[in-house]
Amino acid sequence: MLATALRVLLDKGHAKRWSSALFWGLLGVSFVFGGSMPPAVAGYLVLGMTILAASGRVGMSRERSTGREERLESAQRLGDRLFWPALLVPVTAILGSLFFGRIRWRGVSLVDSTNLSVTSVSIGAVLALAVGLRLTRAPVRAAVGEGSRLLQTVGWAVILPQALAALGGLFARAGVGAVVAGLVEQALPTQYSSVAVAAYCLGMMLFTICLGNALAAFAVVTGGIGVPLIVHAHGGNPAIMAAVGMLSGYCGTLLTPMAANFNLVPVMLLELEDKNAVIRAQAPIGLALFAFNLLLMEFCVYRF
Amino acid sequence: MIKLIGIIVIAAGFALRLNTLLVVLVSGIITGLVSGMSFNAIMEEFGRLFVTNRYMTLPIVMMLPVVGLLERYGLRERAETLIRRSAAATAGRVLLLYTGVRQVSIALGINIGGHAGAVRPLLAPLAEGAARVCHGNPSKAMVERIRAHAAAAENVGNFFGEDIFIAVGSILLMKGFFEGLKIEVSSWAMALWGIPTALAAFALMAWRTHALDRRIAREAARAAGGAEPEKA
Repeated sequence: MLATALRVLLDKGHAKRWSSALFWGLLGVSFVFGGSMPPAVAGYLVLGMTILAASGRVGMSRERSTGREERLESAQRLGDRLFWPALLVPVTAILGSLFFGRIRWRGVSLVDSTNLSVTSVSIGAVLALAVGLRLTRAPVRAAVGEGSRLLQTVGWAVILPQALAALGGLFARAGVGAVVAGLVEQALPTQYSSVAVAAYCLGMMLFTICLGNALAAFAVVTGGIGVPLIVHAHGGNPAIMAAVGMLSGYCGTLLTPMAANFNLVPVMLLELEDKNAVIRAQAPIGLALFAFNLLLMEFCVYRF
Repeated sequence: MIKLIGIIVIAAGFALRLNTLLVVLVSGIITGLVSGMSFNAIMEEFGRLFVTNRYMTLPIVMMLPVVGLLERYGLRERAETLIRRSAAATAGRVLLLYTGVRQVSIALGINIGGHAGAVRPLLAPLAEGAARVCHGNPSKAMVERIRAHAAAAENVGNFFGEDIFIAVGSILLMKGFFEGLKIEVSSWAMALWGIPTALAAFALMAWRTHALDRRIAREAARAAGGAEPEKA
């Protein structure tokens, strides 16, 4: 399956500049051989890709697509059948998350159960591509070309989620979280139970904004503020605290460019000019929902 | 204290609009160095985490050829035609419906959607098509706004539905976390307490999409320039 990616990358190579080709080539290598190479090598590959991207050497090539009239004509001809491949992906995802985990061959699960939804979507994409090619009678070359065009539209940002996830892990290992939790405890009068709740919710949101990931924030903030103050000192309900606290973190996810796969990748995918367009659209919801969570926890966590 | 320097680097980098990838890597390297890791150890850790998180990028790369192919053969144009047939569809209602479906399905543990899988090929064209059918061609800025709201509809539906399903990563993480501290917490209770926020998220989304529809209508009215103000 990863060969598709590599082919897109190689196809891109002779289209424009060497450095762009090198970037996609390095990415292809890290994808295909990432599992078997020593981690340090992968680290230096990322360093190389970052330098290429940061120095503006990853550019678009001029891949041509069809014009509007041409598309209207084929839309007319193909009709609603055009939706079939696109709908095939969610359908495969549903079937996949229900059944793929149970497919076994000689007692070994064929599909990695930890990333079930990702695997299902990828399989769905392959099926959809096959159906799409049959439907449009387009040559495979056209699909590779279109895929390559879109990949270049997304550009280097395609590896941003991975890089940010790696950064979050690095922060956790360096013990950044514990330092912040200590600061909060010193700075606030947490002997009041409602202050403890506010500190916890706010901590979840701010940490998520910094780390880009509510799950990473949860362990730090709940360990540092939630459990010692809300549960032990004031006798709050841990289930309510955790559930509402995690969702306060998700409010932070709506607001941060650190959550690249949710907030920056769609900007590239949808070809938006304003980098922060998605965050701007979400900000009112994120803030209002945070206020809701805060009140919900204040009223419920010490009562149930 | 000094370990917080990485967060400051990130904030400064974003504020100065430097290359995000560079900011992330520099922040990681500095944080690692002040915590006493060698440069090689940092690269090793970064590489290991980068590779284990490959699954984040995979669906995007896999979806692009399909999306590109379908768009080449008129997917967006067809979405417009489809929307034209249902009179009640507006951009906002399409988005709200998606958020609702996304919340319910992921609460049942079924992951449809995603930005590459659903928003770009399906949701954004349908919402744009609805706007076009109701009010004629929207301005470029308005198209941007509709697309951004489509991405928001995906995120809100995804985030504030998943915690109701007990086998999702975040609930498992919370359960594991409390087990480590020897505090007994039931997964069901945590999932149950996700429901009020899920409902609030849907209500807020209804308000936002309604506001979006009004904004599109206002822009269309202004564009018509009062030439035929009575007709609308």
